[in-house]
Amino acid sequence: MNITLSIIYLISTITFVIGLKLLGHPETAKKGNLIAAVGMVLAIIGTIFLHDFEVPSINYILIGAALLVGSVLGWIIAMKVEMTKMPELVSLFNGFGGGSALLIGLVEFNKNVGLEDASKASASIITTILAAIIIGSITFTGSLVAWAKLNGSMKDLRLPKYNLINNMLFLALVAFASYIVLVNTDSFMLIYILLAASLIYGYLFVAPIGGADMPVVISLLNSLTGIAAAITGILYGNMVMLVGGILVGSAGLILTFVMCNAMNRSLTNVIFGAFGGDAAGGAITDGKSGGTVKKTTASDSAILLNYANKVVIVPGYGLAVAQAQHVIHELEMVLTKKGVDVSYAIHPVAGRMPGHMNVLLAESNVDYDKLIEMDDINPQFPNTDVVLVVGANDVVNPAAHNDPSSPIYGMPILDVENAKHIIVNKRSMNAGYAGIENELFFNTKTSMLFGDAKSALTELVSELKNM
Amino acid sequence: MNELVEFISSKLELIYILILAIFIGVELIKNVPSVLHTPLMSGANALSGVVIVGALLVMLQSKPDDYLALGLGFVAVVLGVLNVVGGFAVTDRMLQMFKKKK
Repeated sequence: MNITLSIIYLISTITFVIGLKLLGHPETAKKGNLIAAVGMVLAIIGTIFLHDFEVPSINYILIGAALLVGSVLGWIIAMKVEMTKMPELVSLFNGFGGGSALLIGLVEFNKNVGLEDASKASASIITTILAAIIIGSITFTGSLVAWAKLNGSMKDLRLPKYNLINNMLFLALVAFASYIVLVNTDSFMLIYILLAASLIYGYLFVAPIGGADMPVVISLLNSLTGIAAAITGILYGNMVMLVGGILVGSAGLILTFVMCNAMNRSLTNVIFGAFGGDAAGGAITDGKSGGTVKKTTASDSAILLNYANKVVIVPGYGLAVAQAQHVIHELEMVLTKKGVDVSYAIHPVAGRMPGHMNVLLAESNVDYDKLIEMDDINPQFPNTDVVLVVGANDVVNPAAHNDPSSPIYGMPILDVENAKHIIVNKRSMNAGYAGIENELFFNTKTSMLFGDAKSALTELVSELKNM
Repeated sequence: MNELVEFISSKLELIYILILAIFIGVELIKNVPSVLHTPLMSGANALSGVVIVGALLVMLQSKPDDYLALGLGFVAVVLGVLNVVGGFAVTDRMLQMFKKKK
């Protein structure tokens, strides 16, 4: 390999490590992202121009066209998307990466077709190619399913005995791939069957997983794409692909576990346990949460807030969906001006991904110091006069503490029920994302402010301004 | 079995690098505050677009009359670069928001 190219790959690899490192601190994150991006551009340009083989000019033209199309499309999508749609976008891009890996695997297998036995690729190379095809396919359809589910165009699908079906299919996949390696076939028919089965498995793998667990799945799929990239790296003996891919693979896996911890769920539970299925049905009919709901109006809530000393706002995805992050900031400023101590309680999985809520509130200029994480805010609730829950549900559900039959039992929550008053803004009495009833709404200290978050909060702000 | 031993001994350096890289990845991410999980996931996702290097190699090495390799390679490059450009751009947009109020 060209020595200049090797050095460029080395530099790129270093930028990836440094970039990931810097991405881990709020002050340096932006720089880290840029450094990694520069490394990637270097690797791409180096690959195109610094090689030791003859390349026909038509190939160059096609490469240029492909790069142009992909860059322009990627840039437009990235610039246009709303911040609330971030999780599904990450998933979509991730699917593209997996798709790329699977296509590379197909082409590499094709090179082997029709060769004499002696010049055929070794079994280990075939294994690598098949692994790239299988993992690439699973991340491709899996990510697209996650994307479709998050943007609401696809519902959960649970076949009867879906765990059994999925596991059998996975074992069959592995067995079939081993068979292809052993017989050292060059039949493209078998590869198509393998491809189809892997694509179907990716679909079936993600389809039954409940919406609340989607971030974990996306993180896992992200990790898998990294592994697919690393495998193709082994195929070409290409260091930047190998190290870059493995970095993403291990970082993604750790991130997956961190997210699971935040929700107090194990990874196997996420993948094999149906969230919001039977157990949730049980919780609703439990009757435990039955009782009367106290409705309130914007003006009553405004009075309550106006005379409070300490107010904690609990933002949830409902706030983001209603695009109310700017109004909530306005509310916070109005209250602060009136001498009320206002802070935000951020549950680790508020929104659709860990840290998603922070991004959304940062978008509307909310002060970083006012965002308080769960462990720091929980002891403060007993001294809090009013908690304003906006579009959050499962993260404030006391069932996590006191109802062992609840699917979210054991999940750490924001203990808002310890505050003196709780105002909950929700569109309706519908259950939350996990599909379970919330007894907090029936608490005697709770009053419900029904309505779309944006209009309800706007009303609240104007009432407060008139006081 | 022989094949496996051969494979391992021929790729021993790769295996060392692989294992060390796994540890680096874990160490880099372990203590990241949850605030940054979303941007981090997005950034890592952009990095996994490094698979585009493989897609480029496919296109560079294929003969001009090998339409299958060229065609699939073309799509692979488009998908890969989408992952890279989109991933980094969207991460930058997210982080932009953290920046301004300090």
